Amino acid sequence: MSVSILPSEQSTVEDYVLCDRDRQLILATQSGLPLVPDPWDALGKKLNMPADEVLARFQRMQEAGVIRRVAAVPDHYRLGYRYNGMTVWDIDELAIGRLGRQVGELLFVSHCYRRPRHLPYWPYNLFAMVHGTSRDEVESKADRIRTLLGDACHGHTILYSSAILKKTGLRLKKNGS
Amino acid sequence: MKLDNTDKQLINLYQRNLPVCERPFQEMAQQLDIPESEVIDRLQSLQNHQVISRVGPVFEHHRAGASILAAVAAPTEQLDLVAARINRAPGVNHNYAREHTYNLWFVMTAPDEDTLDERLDELEHQLRLPMLRLPMVRQYHIDLGFDIDWEALA
Repeated sequence: MSVSILPSEQSTVEDYVLCDRDRQLILATQSGLPLVPDPWDALGKKLNMPADEVLARFQRMQEAGVIRRVAAVPDHYRLGYRYNGMTVWDIDELAIGRLGRQVGELLFVSHCYRRPRHLPYWPYNLFAMVHGTSRDEVESKADRIRTLLGDACHGHTILYSSAILKKTGLRLKKNGS
Repeated sequence: MKLDNTDKQLINLYQRNLPVCERPFQEMAQQLDIPESEVIDRLQSLQNHQVISRVGPVFEHHRAGASILAAVAAPTEQLDLVAARINRAPGVNHNYAREHTYNLWFVMTAPDEDTLDERLDELEHQLRLPMLRLPMVRQYHIDLGFDIDWEALA
């Protein structure tokens, strides 16, 4: 790559700071890459940026973790996974790190996060998203999580989605507005 | 849209990671042993039929800015109204109705934490409903993809 990266732009994963050109690139690609043989060239023409700079910035954002992955993103609902269950769990603080990682490793879990409790309204601190073609499928997957969690789990519930009211990709507006 | 085996293979192989190189579709074509133009046509068709929502980057919100999961318990008869207000608020990119007392769950994003807090405060004030604010404390799963069970879907 012939792109020169300024020393001040070289940063570790944790403190990677987006510059304006990265933001332009995010804006131009958040709804997808152009489906042409050389997408970087097509983006470069649009953004007035050399194609190799587009690709290099893309690769650096991916290495830095700003881009989690580049993928053909399936619409699970359209594919037939009509049941989306947000399973939420009340887990001992001491065990949540270990158990969270184990739940996150289950192949049928698509997202897994630790979040704060809000007592007394909300006792759950571990969230794992599970998809299925039926409620039974979601329930049986939740049962497997329940078994894995054992005594460290003090309660759980499943929140099924009844409607998707809005779903869009990341929306990063110009001028940081 | 009826998916054939090549379509399924495309989704299986590339729902997690697509090559980020000079000619990504050419590389995929070599892996699948089909022409590059066919890879592009198939992806375009899958996208047109919304089987895939896009071919492109999935951004890490908390690295590209600030984001939070939040929920409100809307009275059932006001659900649509409250949902519409949430959808109109700046930075909201997901909003799901869920079967629970907390029945509206949304993700709000902002360029930074301060702006995010301001947006949440403003929305909470507008809705006059207490809001559960559930920022991510830790992520235990990096990859959004999961294995698709084509037989179960057939």
